[in-house]
Amino acid sequence: MNARMSWFNVTAVALGLAFLYLPMLIVVIYSFNASKLVTVWGGFSTHWYGVLFANQDFLDAAMVSVRIGLMSATLATVLGTMAAYVMVRGGTFPGRTLFSGLVYAPLVMPEVIMGLSMLLLFIAVGLDRGQGTIMLAQATLEMCFVCVVVSSRLATHDRAMDEAAMDLGCTPAKVFWLVTLPNIAPAILSGWLLAFSMSLDDLVMASFTSGPSSTTLPLRLYSSVRTGVSPEINALSSLVIGVVALGLVTTAVINRKTMQRRHRREPDAAQVSRATRNGHHIQLGKQR
Amino acid sequence: MRRFVLIAIPFTWLVVLFLVPFLMAFKISLTQTATAIPPYTPTFDAASGWQGLKDYLGQLSFDNYEFLTTDDLYWKAYLSSLWIAARSTAITLLVGFPIAYGMARAPRHIQPTLVLLVILPFWTSFLIRIYAWMGLLANEGLINHFLMWTGLISEPIVMLNTPFAVYLGITYAYLPLMVLPLYSTLERLDASLIEAAQDLGCSRVKAFWLVTVPLARHGIVAGCFLVFIPAIGEFVIATLLGGSSTLMIGKVLFEEFFANRDWPVAASVAVLLLLILIVPIMAFQRVQTRLQEQEARA
Repeated sequence: MNARMSWFNVTAVALGLAFLYLPMLIVVIYSFNASKLVTVWGGFSTHWYGVLFANQDFLDAAMVSVRIGLMSATLATVLGTMAAYVMVRGGTFPGRTLFSGLVYAPLVMPEVIMGLSMLLLFIAVGLDRGQGTIMLAQATLEMCFVCVVVSSRLATHDRAMDEAAMDLGCTPAKVFWLVTLPNIAPAILSGWLLAFSMSLDDLVMASFTSGPSSTTLPLRLYSSVRTGVSPEINALSSLVIGVVALGLVTTAVINRKTMQRRHRREPDAAQVSRATRNGHHIQLGKQR
Repeated sequence: MRRFVLIAIPFTWLVVLFLVPFLMAFKISLTQTATAIPPYTPTFDAASGWQGLKDYLGQLSFDNYEFLTTDDLYWKAYLSSLWIAARSTAITLLVGFPIAYGMARAPRHIQPTLVLLVILPFWTSFLIRIYAWMGLLANEGLINHFLMWTGLISEPIVMLNTPFAVYLGITYAYLPLMVLPLYSTLERLDASLIEAAQDLGCSRVKAFWLVTVPLARHGIVAGCFLVFIPAIGEFVIATLLGGSSTLMIGKVLFEEFFANRDWPVAASVAVLLLLILIVPIMAFQRVQTRLQEQEARA
């Protein structure tokens, strides 16, 4: 589907994007409000950012969140990549159906159920609740998302390259490190970023599996949000939105650059299939 | 050998931290509350051997599930969760479809940017996006302020802590999950099929119903499940936007667990919720495999 862009389509997309972005934009604008009242505009000020940075509770919670996020995302990436490799290249083995069920079930499972049942496990085996238990719980959920991201990339990876390396005398391990891994690296990176941002965002599972001294940023934020809207929270939210937006734009730019570099060498498999689907001729010269 | 290790590590992890916890939850849902750590009884002691196991099994009971049926709070919460989730899924579909359709019809070179713009809010904090609506919907909030300023209303409309706020919150929070699968099926749709239908005498509207919708049905179904399943267990939106007026099972579970400290009942609420969700989850997985097959064929 292409070409004709009616006024209806333009309006639909524009209204949709406005619906998605306006509320967040308003939060950012009001974080610069000098007035103590949230709804009354009292002039531009960065006052509330100062108040926020003087609040030790939030700083501590942010540190805890980042630490848990780094650990759980890394763990989830390693496990998720392994799971993806098993899903795509594992062939058949006893329990494969169970395995793929276990990989995909957490994607759709309500977090309250996962959080509650993991807590019950931690209590039963006598594991003290804290940053470690939050990390284990989050890594389990995140590894499934990493697996989906990585396995879709792995499925398009040309096996002939691996076979060529094998013919040239590489051991299977060497093939993985020198050929397969560099090829799926962008997917692994975006899987890690997804896992990290999920961890920074997680409230439900963290509230079940947290203990004393493991208050994450969402937990802290939630307990202050419940009492109502405050300018300080607006400032904090704006910072979170800013950091995420910056990270995403950076990865988008990096992705685009690597894609362009790949295009110059070989047209992307997905692009080729899409182009052929639309009956276009693939002109390699154009991409140069 | 290497292959065995590679399979065993993620497999064991998922069994220990995903499958076993459910079995634990099921087991605890059959126990009774106790004022101790852990706050339920009986607890199983592996050292007591076969006789211990038999005694232990004898003490398990379905009392908690019976309790759930006697107190009408629970089944009301289940029903209203299903109802709220179903209605907000329908609303999300109505809002999301035109967006996805417009995106699929946009010039090809800006489509990746549009996809990125739709995904982007999903990466920013869920909690903050819900919080943003609290500021907009409150009685002294921006929307009421604006409406009173224009003179359309003289009294603020109560929007926060109503079911309306919950529907709005779910639609807003899960819209990307609806738009993306819809877009990916609509994007693949062959425009010449619609032209053909019109050549054969279909009106635009008729062509839409007879060609576009059936061809996009996998995307529609996938999007609906992606919204419906998490919406049923929704806790954050129900608490922050719905307040005390909205009854949802996720909130009941939280209260049972954190406020009443009745772990066995909380566990049985969770087990029952899972049983209710198993059918939609299985159905979703079937649609998902079919979507993937479709993609592989294309």
